[in-house]
Amino acid sequence: MFGVTGDLARKKLLPAVYDLANRGLLPPGFSFVGYGRRDWDDEAFTDYFLESVKANARTTFRPEVWRQLAEGIRFVSGAFNDDEGFENLKRTIAELDESQGTEGNHAFYLSIPPVGFDQVIEQLDKHGLVDKTKKSPWNRVVIEKPFGHDLASAQELERKVSSVFNTDSVFRIDHYLGKETVQNMLALRFANQLFEPMWNRNYVSHVQITMAEDIGIGGRAGYYDGIGAARDVIQNHLLQLLALVAMEEPASFEAGKLRAEKEKVLAAARAPRSLKHHTARGQYTAGWAGAQKVRGYLEEDGIAPDSQTETYAAFRVDIDNRRWAGVPFYLRAAKRMPRRVTEIALMMRPAPHLPFQMSDTEQLGANALVLRIQPNEGITLRFGAKVPATPMEIRDVTMDFDYGTSFAETSPEAYERLILDVLLGDPPLFPQHREVELSWMILDPILDYWADKQHQPEAYVAGTWGPPSAAAMLERDGFVWRRP
Amino acid sequence: MITTLKDTTSAQIQNAITKARQSVGAASGMVFTLLAIPTADDYDDAFDACLAAGREHPSRIIIATDGSTRTERLDAELHIGDEIPGEVIALKFHGELMHHKTSAMLPLLLPDSPVIAWWPGRAPEDASADRIGKLAGRRITDAMGTDDPLATLVARAGTVAPGDTDLTWTRLTPWRALLASALDNHQSPVVSGRVTAANNNAGGLLLAAWLRSRLGVPVDFEADGGPGVTGVTLSTEDGDITLKRPDGKMATFTAPRTPPRSVALRRREVSALLSEELRRLDTDKVFLESMACLPSTVNGNEG
Repeated sequence: MFGVTGDLARKKLLPAVYDLANRGLLPPGFSFVGYGRRDWDDEAFTDYFLESVKANARTTFRPEVWRQLAEGIRFVSGAFNDDEGFENLKRTIAELDESQGTEGNHAFYLSIPPVGFDQVIEQLDKHGLVDKTKKSPWNRVVIEKPFGHDLASAQELERKVSSVFNTDSVFRIDHYLGKETVQNMLALRFANQLFEPMWNRNYVSHVQITMAEDIGIGGRAGYYDGIGAARDVIQNHLLQLLALVAMEEPASFEAGKLRAEKEKVLAAARAPRSLKHHTARGQYTAGWAGAQKVRGYLEEDGIAPDSQTETYAAFRVDIDNRRWAGVPFYLRAAKRMPRRVTEIALMMRPAPHLPFQMSDTEQLGANALVLRIQPNEGITLRFGAKVPATPMEIRDVTMDFDYGTSFAETSPEAYERLILDVLLGDPPLFPQHREVELSWMILDPILDYWADKQHQPEAYVAGTWGPPSAAAMLERDGFVWRRP
Repeated sequence: MITTLKDTTSAQIQNAITKARQSVGAASGMVFTLLAIPTADDYDDAFDACLAAGREHPSRIIIATDGSTRTERLDAELHIGDEIPGEVIALKFHGELMHHKTSAMLPLLLPDSPVIAWWPGRAPEDASADRIGKLAGRRITDAMGTDDPLATLVARAGTVAPGDTDLTWTRLTPWRALLASALDNHQSPVVSGRVTAANNNAGGLLLAAWLRSRLGVPVDFEADGGPGVTGVTLSTEDGDITLKRPDGKMATFTAPRTPPRSVALRRREVSALLSEELRRLDTDKVFLESMACLPSTVNGNEG
């Protein structure tokens, strides 16, 4: 693993490895090699690993499991451009193949900023750590979003990666979109008779896909600045959600079939015709959020005072096919929102006729089906009901389903599934490069439009639901953003 | 189940609610968020009224109060699943946070459902322009909870906006129902009216304003010893229709050519008023029209 000292590795990846070991899901002889610039030996790294496990693992700590896992933990010190480091890495892996019996099967996890991808992949190739021509033993690579910063760079990255690794061996990880979530959505859509008949333009007026984070950029200035909300999460996470909610039924859930449907719907999706009217971007300013005083984006450590990076991005996507023609999909992603929430809301058309007095139904909103992704994954159905003890007052009520309360079994942490799938070579839910490229094709015109404008994103106070232009964008179409 | 959180944030409160929910069961079907902003003196009564309203309307109730100025932090107390179907979140704001209450409330509003703000006592001068008021689609004040109800209600008439109501108005519902049905049964037009109530009784004044706005005839407002509204007289060409309640409990109704009748017209608890008010969340147009007539009714009284 490259990037073992990063936040993600410490909080999620290393603990997930331990949790897998604890559940007995790791293959015998599993070994873990960290590579990084720190001047650590195996022991120092093992201590660091242990600390992160104790702080963040989800399963209970069992010394005997840890002892066994620790036997296969190594650290190799070196920079990404350090030939000697990679030679050491090669030797260490070869030694583990011998002592632990890993038989030359290796997965390289690149938990590093995108600027490092090229170098690491080149180095792996140069030092003969990967042999693309052989199927067995296998060599796999895991890369994390963002997959490039536009279509051209994504294609360039793909060229580099595929020159060293086979297409099937490349795992692109969207750490927000766990496999469980994808499977839950597939089950809801394709295992039920109730929803499919209304899953189209005849009944759905528009769809809102939201990913709101209550945190700011924290210590990620170096990564975030210049990337922004659209590249950070809309390109990968939100467009994947859009694909899953809008695609046709796949012939089977086999990897290729599922991918084919996602690619089809992404190819039919496009940026809005009027970029002026149907895109919005914002940047948070200092304020009080969730009872805490927080800084504005431009005052965050490591951010240039004239940065034009957006922390709020929203735009409309249209899908030109029979099912969705005329149904706008509104995507929004932002930081420093009032609360952390990811959801997909299918907003229904109004009833064709309401045999009530106007004042009776004044409080009745649109019926909605909301797929809650996090927190409290579940489904909410919203519809009108009569208020008791009134002549005929109709008001919205909700029916909630919680995965957490209906199934007491905790679903495995997304990273555990991801790591396990990589080890098993099971890639169905990871996007392949074609999906990544199609997503950039939707996003590129919007990013170009924003880049051309050369002015500050619109300000919004931290802890509020975004800039006025975002509200205006929906109002123009006769809708309002849900308060999620 | 009561959970206490010291020096906390909205995100931590949200997590605690989720945790509590998972142990007491799902909270499906909460219909709105009620924001109650009592002063320290009103707190206990407001809390009880919220619980009662929460029984009729399963909802998330957020009660916000000011704490000490010596520290700066947010404390929260969550009542979940013990007495009511919904949730009560009591927030105490210390220090500068007192001026940023909405920052803690906004994240805790239930998704996509109505928000109602209720000030049991002292309320902002212009409720719909207030920061908490702006979070809400319905704003409920209570002139009777202030030191000078009459002046408060008159001031409120100057700022009242769609979505606002005052519990003074809710207290009049039974009176209004009785008077309206009386007039349905007597075809002869009303030529003038008179309302008597305790000195400084805002309800009496508002009742007079309502009658003026609906009937378009002069209606006088006169002070007597109370308690509350003591009587209404509507003069018609046929004779007087009267509704008298001298003791605050039983009222007597008289009309031309009908024998006097007794009706129970008890003064009601705040909790009952609040529950009634929460049944309708759309703008009360009749209230707005009556409030528009309020200043001229006061002047008519003085003149």
